[in-house]
Amino acid sequence: MHRLSTVLAAVCVAATAANAIGAEKDAALQGIDAYREALQDGNPAELFELTGEELWTTPAGPKNAALSASCDLGLGVGVVKGAYAQLPRWFADTDRVQDLESRLLTCMETAQGIDPKPIIAASFSKPEKERLVALATYISGQSKGIPVSVKPGHPKEKAMYDLGQRMFFYQAGPHDFACATCHGQEGTRIRMQELPYIPSTKGAASGWTSWPAYRVSNGQMWSMQTRINDCFRQQRFPEPVYASDVTIALSMYMAANSNGESMATPGIKR
Amino acid sequence: MTKSTLIAAALAAGLLALHAGPAAAQSKWGPGADDATFQAMLKSSFKDNGIAKTARLTQDETQAFCSTPDNATDPAAAKKREAIEAANLATVKWPSDGKWLGDWKEGEKIAQSGRGLTWTDKAEQVNGGNCYNCHQITAEEISHGTIGPSLHNYGKLRDRDEATLKATWVRIYNSKSVNACSNMPRGGHMGIIDETQIKHLMALLLDPQSPVNK
Amino acid sequence: MGSPMKIRATSKDGVTEIKVLMSHEMETGQRKDASGAVVPAWFINEVTAKLGDKTVLQAQWGPSVSKNPYLAFKVKGGQAGDKVTVTWVDNKGDTRTDTATVS
Repeated sequence: MHRLSTVLAAVCVAATAANAIGAEKDAALQGIDAYREALQDGNPAELFELTGEELWTTPAGPKNAALSASCDLGLGVGVVKGAYAQLPRWFADTDRVQDLESRLLTCMETAQGIDPKPIIAASFSKPEKERLVALATYISGQSKGIPVSVKPGHPKEKAMYDLGQRMFFYQAGPHDFACATCHGQEGTRIRMQELPYIPSTKGAASGWTSWPAYRVSNGQMWSMQTRINDCFRQQRFPEPVYASDVTIALSMYMAANSNGESMATPGIKR
Repeated sequence: MTKSTLIAAALAAGLLALHAGPAAAQSKWGPGADDATFQAMLKSSFKDNGIAKTARLTQDETQAFCSTPDNATDPAAAKKREAIEAANLATVKWPSDGKWLGDWKEGEKIAQSGRGLTWTDKAEQVNGGNCYNCHQITAEEISHGTIGPSLHNYGKLRDRDEATLKATWVRIYNSKSVNACSNMPRGGHMGIIDETQIKHLMALLLDPQSPVNK
Repeated sequence: MGSPMKIRATSKDGVTEIKVLMSHEMETGQRKDASGAVVPAWFINEVTAKLGDKTVLQAQWGPSVSKNPYLAFKVKGGQAGDKVTVTWVDNKGDTRTDTATVS
């Protein structure tokens, strides 16, 4: 009898030790979650929304035109309410599938007469890129709470989705990394950072519906283009060209996978 | 400990079973992503930046094979997986002086560092091993990833014999020798880390004095 | 003349909650740029908040406050329609004042 209770006690101790390690990890993750929640109030992204709104409504460029009076993001000229939630999509005038930022470049070129090449080439810390990110932040805020409505129907939209899906699994570079290396399993993390499983609706949405986002750690506002750019950097890939097809294809893959989920933009990240 | 490991294993098995269905149906890409269109997209969408050149987009045989996700588990691809593992094993260079273990303290630094080979890194800088990004290693470091298995007590749980030394070396040098489509980078084969760094990592995992085995 | 602040103020049961988001670099003076030169310190060092004509908060800040600072506080008194005025001054002498109406 005595021996049996000793054995039981030993089993209990072992189980408790295992649970203690688990509990400690949970506490650390919970701490990060609590910090994220505290950040929600007073998201500095609002400051970028103010700047973006001004850029949207103020005439600019050689043609001195305002985007709000000339730019069609898919719902009619000047309409921003809900526009971000239905992008990327195919546009008849360019015969291309475009995300928000590539579409803004088209509008700036055609309506305002601004050459997009220097903007595309500039690094993300340059003012010409910061303006695009501010515009994207403002426009994304006008879709907050609106469900994503991206259902590839046009043949070019379907092709863009197919390309994005194939790219998601494409391994290359010195580390053999693909997007799927980190985002292809459910419930994993890098260091303490939990990773969304992009092929699922919830996983795709946790990524797609939360960018553009303000990053507290470096005080920077990041658009989805910035996010994808830095993913490829960490993947040890060459740099994706701003607003190029590979960035739009991956955006289409994420957006269509998260169809029906609510936009939560602009977001805030630690 | 054993109990939670068992549960984790059971959960992992369940997830694998769930995923086998959709993955198998995905053996071909959608019609919009045929090889020519896909390659054209890669060509027009990337540019050189610093040490990260567009040549990195060219895949070797292992990368090309593993970019089709069901190849990792599809029974029909088993033969090909074996061939890829054999080809990767053939690349492994053993320690030039016959010594397996370096300094675990240096190993810990390499395991902590995730630096190197991005377009914001310089060619001459020392690369990290990225180990903690995916693995639990020492119990003290709670900021660790979970993509790879826990390596805590790695040396304690194994006989420290020639077979273990070789198997561990192969894993670090070229993980695809053991599992064709492992998520783990091929540290030695791809020149991410050098022989001395691998020895330090070996010591971190296998040295009885290493906190991993305390 | 800095960028605009975002101010929200709400009154409930005789207590007014004021939330202010300021746009400022808040450079500590500890960082170096790519060429190794020290980035000069540049931060808000004085903040004043008024409810109507009455000063309800005065603060002295330093370089440890984050970029784009967020300040939230509650004061007794105030009602819907009152004016909230927030002013900051930075170490370069630049200043910015914005107002909002309590709702």
